[in-house]
Amino acid sequence: MNESSFAGKNLSSELCGLYGSYGYVRYKMNKFEEYDLYARNKDFLVADSVITFTDTNGKLMALKPDVTLSIAKNCRDAAGEVNKLYYDENVYRVSKGTNSFKEIRQLGVECTGEIDDYCILEVLSLALKSLQAISPECALDVSELSVISGILDGCDLTASQKRELLKRIGEKNLHELQALCEAADMAAETVSLLKTLVASYGKPSDVLPVLKTLLPGHPGLARLETLTGALGSDAVRIDFSLVSDMSYYNGVVFKGYVGGLPESVVSGGQYDRLMEKMKHTSCAVGFAVYLDLLEGFAAPSAAYDADVLLLYGKADSPAKVLAAAQKLTAEGKTVCVRKNVPAKLRYKAVVDLTEGGACHG
Amino acid sequence: MDKLLNIALPKGRLGEKVYAMFEAAGFDCPSIKEPGRKLIFENEATGVRYFWVKPSDVAIYVERGAADIGVAGKDILLEYEPDVYELHDLAIGKCRMAVAAKKDFRDNRARTLRVATKFTNIALKYYNSVGRDIDIIHLNGSIELAPILGLSDVIVDIVETGATLKENDLTVVEEIVPISARLIANKAGYRFKTEQINGLVKKMREM
Repeated sequence: MNESSFAGKNLSSELCGLYGSYGYVRYKMNKFEEYDLYARNKDFLVADSVITFTDTNGKLMALKPDVTLSIAKNCRDAAGEVNKLYYDENVYRVSKGTNSFKEIRQLGVECTGEIDDYCILEVLSLALKSLQAISPECALDVSELSVISGILDGCDLTASQKRELLKRIGEKNLHELQALCEAADMAAETVSLLKTLVASYGKPSDVLPVLKTLLPGHPGLARLETLTGALGSDAVRIDFSLVSDMSYYNGVVFKGYVGGLPESVVSGGQYDRLMEKMKHTSCAVGFAVYLDLLEGFAAPSAAYDADVLLLYGKADSPAKVLAAAQKLTAEGKTVCVRKNVPAKLRYKAVVDLTEGGACHG
Repeated sequence: MDKLLNIALPKGRLGEKVYAMFEAAGFDCPSIKEPGRKLIFENEATGVRYFWVKPSDVAIYVERGAADIGVAGKDILLEYEPDVYELHDLAIGKCRMAVAAKKDFRDNRARTLRVATKFTNIALKYYNSVGRDIDIIHLNGSIELAPILGLSDVIVDIVETGATLKENDLTVVEEIVPISARLIANKAGYRFKTEQINGLVKKMREM
């Protein structure tokens, strides 16, 4: 199955059409980028390794392992403006299973500039529509990083303690989270609140009212309520165990899942901190769709390689064979033309020109 | 999508203990107790499908979504770092990951420490955290032999009672981390079987 098609659909063109219909402009990129960009922002990358080579002018270059960094780097800050882009690019990353480099098709949306809650809602809505285009059985999990980071920042934690806590939060690992919080002398109420947040998972209408009683007036929760309310979909869930790297991401972050796929197929959020690191005044929000994950998924393998095996002999003229093949394809059949019966070919019927076009079902 | 909850159990004594816990929590599947070489068992009434897999493979089955949940040792989770949820400490199969050496071992920090282990990642992370330069010797079994034959200075391995170490004149030098069986879940599967998984975890926590 082609990786851009899913369940018989040409998914990439459908998604590009979707993003285009909301005024997002296609952003075509160079395959290479200076390695320095990735060396400076290594933590932002999903995998550490990058394919590098020396360019003709002696500069160390890399095959793009990521698109967002390049878009963020090339973003132009202009007061009051918002740039809306989408991309459909190949990136080069180490595959976890094989530990070797793989070319990965990645589609995504980036919105940079003066980002307001409408921009974030629009991006969330596009992420949701992208998931729904892949499968009706989908879930878009949303979080607001300020809720968790606000609690952790209020505690006297070392960088390594914070890193360990965030790891357990991401694993929904309440037993070790409790032990680490106790070791860090965190107040019992704070630990209980943190555990409640991490354990909460579900529809916004179920989760948010409970959390609002624990964190009354928290702007992050109010924001989530507004945004998820506006999306108005049963596929949207709240999940505070989503803790994307807080040195790059802030505010709203999200991940999308479809039934039957073992990992998230959509991932995104606000990355104002990355923009700050790159000395931009603009803010940014975006997401990526990992089309490679859809490869080989859900499409049942075809029972036959061809509808008809068309056999011909030495005596049959090329024009006669071609005419017979064209007649079959004109009838909407797939045809495989051979002189002999191939060993592993699976076909429904045989038309044998050596026997005057006799058809065997 | 498959509505049964797919559960990967580690083959062996630990897996049998784990199944007994699931059974006591109301997720029984009587066919699993029938003698034979079958690996998959299901009970539609309780909504579960169990399968026996090699203990070190449980995390892979869960991470790749072939199983929605599974039970794996903390040693495997620390070594392979699968991207899964760790929802509960079952507090069984308890042991510890430790550094062991010959009884007369004294660490000479002036030279690189030779460490034999099956758990390369755990050993590297541990020695990195204490700033010790090491040379990893990856072995697949009979780790205790390495210091006796001078192949390594120390070993990093699981210690349960310490009997094997004692019999080979070795002793625990440092404890790295306590180990026990953990209930893990696939991150995507959790989204679509939330109630089933949360219900099971709740019952296991109450045991």
